[in-house]
Amino acid sequence: MTTANGEIPTEDSDVTATLNLDATDRAVEEESSVIPESVFEIADLSAYYGTFRAVRDVTFNIPRNEITAIIGPSGCGKSTFLRCLNRMNDLVPSARVEGHVRFRGVELYDARVDPVAVRSRIGMVFQKPNPFPKSIYDNVAFGPRVAGIRRGLDDVVERSLQKAAIWDEVKDRLKDSALSLSGGQQQRLCIARALAVDPEVLLMDEPCSALDPIATTRIEDLMQDLKTEFSIVIVTHNMQQAARVSDRTAFFTTERDTDSHRPTGIMVECDATETVFSTPADERTENYVTGRFG
Amino acid sequence: MAVFGRLSDGHAETRVLAELERRRSDIGGIAFKLLLQFGLLLALLVLAVLLVDVARDGWSVLSTRLGDFLGGTLRSRSIDERLGVHQGLVGSFWIAVFTAVFSFPLGIGAAVYLEEYAPKTRVTRFIELNIRNLAGVPSVVYGLLGLGIFVKTLGGLTGGRSLLSAGITLAVLVLPIVIITASEAIRAVPDSLREGAYGVGATRWEVVRSQVFPYAAPGILTGTLLAMSRAIGEAAPLILVGAVTGRLGTDPGFFDVSALKDRFVAMPIVITEWTQNSGRDIGFASAAAAAIVVLLVFVLALNSTAILLRNRFEKQRR
Repeated sequence: MTTANGEIPTEDSDVTATLNLDATDRAVEEESSVIPESVFEIADLSAYYGTFRAVRDVTFNIPRNEITAIIGPSGCGKSTFLRCLNRMNDLVPSARVEGHVRFRGVELYDARVDPVAVRSRIGMVFQKPNPFPKSIYDNVAFGPRVAGIRRGLDDVVERSLQKAAIWDEVKDRLKDSALSLSGGQQQRLCIARALAVDPEVLLMDEPCSALDPIATTRIEDLMQDLKTEFSIVIVTHNMQQAARVSDRTAFFTTERDTDSHRPTGIMVECDATETVFSTPADERTENYVTGRFG
Repeated sequence: MAVFGRLSDGHAETRVLAELERRRSDIGGIAFKLLLQFGLLLALLVLAVLLVDVARDGWSVLSTRLGDFLGGTLRSRSIDERLGVHQGLVGSFWIAVFTAVFSFPLGIGAAVYLEEYAPKTRVTRFIELNIRNLAGVPSVVYGLLGLGIFVKTLGGLTGGRSLLSAGITLAVLVLPIVIITASEAIRAVPDSLREGAYGVGATRWEVVRSQVFPYAAPGILTGTLLAMSRAIGEAAPLILVGAVTGRLGTDPGFFDVSALKDRFVAMPIVITEWTQNSGRDIGFASAAAAAIVVLLVFVLALNSTAILLRNRFEKQRR
């Protein structure tokens, strides 16, 4: 296989212009037979912090209901890229994005798209478990509450905790502080919190880097269960983890920018995980996955 | 293994022990610690001496006629049985109320805006710098500001030299302190909490209300507490905006709102006044000391309320 080239269909740019997120939702529900295979189509995506270009010209597609791993050395813009996918970078005052990120055909950076709505459709789990200093119940109920859901919260909370495989451990202590949980439990609680708003995609930014191996295994098993319902994009430093859990892998690295001569992140190749780890197309990928670099 | 064989003769342990024993004497470190302890001790000692001295001086008044003293008014002679601090307490009470009502909402609001909403531009930084400078401006200057704006320009609304003018002036005086401490409390809220909330689709307001505020509340309260204590202890600006030195004809009750536009006196003024009078009438010295004790208890009562509130907020954070 080859390095990913942009295969973004151009004919749906007028669709993008006329649809907003809600409209696409409806369209997809009406004609469930034409679910696009890709949940994200990324074309020529560059991300800047001020004048510094952190990621340059990323182009590839992220398939639905699969786990896509993003690997690469430190500073190659993996996290920056991930945060472009749910407009989390909007929160950084100097951050700016160029290019296209299409979420089920809709341009995420269209002026009519509300970043708050984006983040409730595209959930995120962070590197360090970050439960709110509230009860376990209130942590999970937070998302539905800001979405205006008042009734049936108990069910939503229970279902989300079950999906995150932590219900049995916390069902008798839902009113306890979330901070009383262990690190691994906190991270699964954060996953439950993200699932409670019923997103389509789960972005995971090195979700296991602060966890011990047993907790890591639990999260990885959980990801396999979740991918039937959700599309998952995971950034990881751990190549074994990428090889174990993901269906597809994108390899990022740094390269000196031709204009500014500063290092900037680029996507080298994206392919089936097996291929990336056994017969990568690019020499840089091979060097990285075989441990000769990074 | 060979290593264990050699260890058993005992020499190796001796050598290792010699390596692990402390060799450098840390005289600098010990001296520094002693210096710090001395500093703490000195500060506490000075405070203790002041408190004991004041309590002893005021004891003759506090032990014999506390009730009359709390209910009494300003008098020209210290042996007057109606001598007391009631007018001063009423003034200080209202100053506390005005500080709370005006400077807390405004100050906390300004801090939230600066930290959570304002773009981090040069203008914002300039404003922040100036707020810091304002906190260091001598209080007399605020008194002049109060005299110019609240007493003269807005005299029709405030009644001129009135308790109302004084309350607003002191609220303005402590505003920078409230903004700075609240800003710092808000800045101490971990970004991971904000991200977590944004990550499930919360708006900025929801993030501020449900995460930032509860987390920053104890720190904000500490700041407001400091501001309040400062306002109650100020004397200089009050003299400029019309606190009475001498005799005050009126003696309104604590909740007599109609008296807000009248002239007034406050505890620090009462204390200054009586201390000055003690030169011609020595009885005023113990009255001033007793007034200091009353003011201290007043401030302590306010502070303990704030501390109780803070502890409740802190419990919610866990």
